[in-house]
Amino acid sequence: MLSIHNGALNVPHILKEWYEEESHSNYGAYIPFVGTVRSEDGIDGLSFDVYEPILYRWFHEWEEKATKLGAKIKMAHSLGDVMLHESSYIAAVFSPKRRVALELIDEFVEDFKASAPIWKYDLKDGKRIYAKDRSTAISGSGILGAKQ
Amino acid sequence: MIKVEFLGPIQKPTLELEIQNLNELAAILQADAEVSDWLDSCAVAVNDTLVSSLEAPLKDGDRISLLPPVCGG
Repeated sequence: MLSIHNGALNVPHILKEWYEEESHSNYGAYIPFVGTVRSEDGIDGLSFDVYEPILYRWFHEWEEKATKLGAKIKMAHSLGDVMLHESSYIAAVFSPKRRVALELIDEFVEDFKASAPIWKYDLKDGKRIYAKDRSTAISGSGILGAKQ
Repeated sequence: MIKVEFLGPIQKPTLELEIQNLNELAAILQADAEVSDWLDSCAVAVNDTLVSSLEAPLKDGDRISLLPPVCGG
């Protein structure tokens, strides 16, 4: 399950909703990761662009991987502006036993950072500035730049 | 006609081009000062599937997306 939200995430609501959705699914572990905007470098907040068609495909591949392990992945992400101390990202893994969930949340969040088609901007002094230095080229990038 | 869209921070409107393959697109974009600096770091998708080779054939109506470096979360 993947959901995109305009602005900051309502963390207590989403975590509670996910908990209740799976409360009778016989999972022994529920491991959420919540990403919150920190104060650094004088920013007022962050802003996000999301390309949903490829994001949903990427997420579906992870859902299939989780299913093979008997687990379930859920994710919520913000679109647009998210201010300091608000949250823009939640991922969670449910699994029968803790080890699968602990390993899967780690792998999932790392791949999310490297592959999910989401672009981050710093909100600073009224401007929206692409966070180029903190961004990662998707695997396989650069084919159009190669000289022929 | 092939549509080429530029995602995220690349500030460029969608192009409509008569091209047969990605090699032709590479030549056109390398000569375009607005986007040439992005090409080394962009991933490429055809109809929302990422491709890893310029040899992928194109057909009329295909939609190409350029995805610059990402940073979700």
